Amino acid sequence: MSKEWPLWEVFIRGQHGLNHRHVGSLHAPDAEMAIKNARDVYTRRNEGVSIWVVESKNIAASAPSEKGPLFEPSNSKVYRHPTFFDIPDDVGHM
Amino acid sequence: MPETPEMTLNAALFEWLLRMGDNTLILGHRVSEWCGHAPVLEEDIALANTALDLIGQTQLWLGLAGEVEGKGRSADNLAYLRDASAFRNVLLVERPNGDFGQTLMRQFLFDAWHLDMLKALRQSTDGRVADIAEKAQKEVAYHLERSADLVIRLGDGSQESHRRLQAALDDHWSYTGELFVGDEADEQVAKAGIAPAAETLQGSWSNTVGEVLQAATLTAPESSFSHKGGKRGIHTEHLGYILADMQFLQRAYPGATW
Repeated sequence: MSKEWPLWEVFIRGQHGLNHRHVGSLHAPDAEMAIKNARDVYTRRNEGVSIWVVESKNIAASAPSEKGPLFEPSNSKVYRHPTFFDIPDDVGHM
Repeated sequence: MPETPEMTLNAALFEWLLRMGDNTLILGHRVSEWCGHAPVLEEDIALANTALDLIGQTQLWLGLAGEVEGKGRSADNLAYLRDASAFRNVLLVERPNGDFGQTLMRQFLFDAWHLDMLKALRQSTDGRVADIAEKAQKEVAYHLERSADLVIRLGDGSQESHRRLQAALDDHWSYTGELFVGDEADEQVAKAGIAPAAETLQGSWSNTVGEVLQAATLTAPESSFSHKGGKRGIHTEHLGYILADMQFLQRAYPGATW
């Protein structure tokens, strides 16, 4: 067994109705302690109503080296942005 | 005992409030000594949070104590300008931090008493006391959850962590009895329905502590001997060092603010 505690990613829901947002990471021996540590490290200023933690190794991520093929093709497709509609004034700010 | 005039309820309440405030002040200061020294960053922040909670509660208890005394002393006055013999905290909270296990065990033994006390105080006939208890109770419920959890994990952990936790329990055990010994001030305050009598909290404390120690595979010492004195101002030598550290600034530079 490694002496180093595993790394956990922490997600906090700020208010009811909002999504959980990634706020950072921390070390803890298991999920229960990770939630307690998250409470102490990331909710000291009354930030949250709910905490999720997930062990960092369980997150699958895209490879930065594939940034080009993954994201660049959408650069030239401005029509995917909904900016070509006339919005009536009555609608107000969207 | 020679005949002594009966303590007024106001004097008893002042005395009792000092005990509440001094317990949280001295334990809060002790725990704050870990800041920057805890075994891991997460624990460092958790300990600092606990210390801050306790110091926040101190402001409320000592603030009310000053009001009840009626001599114009503020919470700061009471914290920084009294000498050791005027402090009313139990001896348990001034015990040295020792290793992490000793700090943790001291915290657990205190938290288990503290939470029961605050829960009972929510029914206090004094609305000011009930209000402070209502607020503090939420903080302390978390303190107990955390300290009990860690005592179980480390007690039932490696050989080394078990050994340290058992040693800490053996060290602190004889300092817990003082929490449950009442005197005239306690009796007066209990009679007025402001706070529970000191002895009444022992049963549920023993249950809570017993369950956690069992889960932690730790054994409480058989001895029922108890060190006492803190509640009437007779302290161990440790308190003087705490006060020297804590009060230095206000003593050397009276009235300094920032």
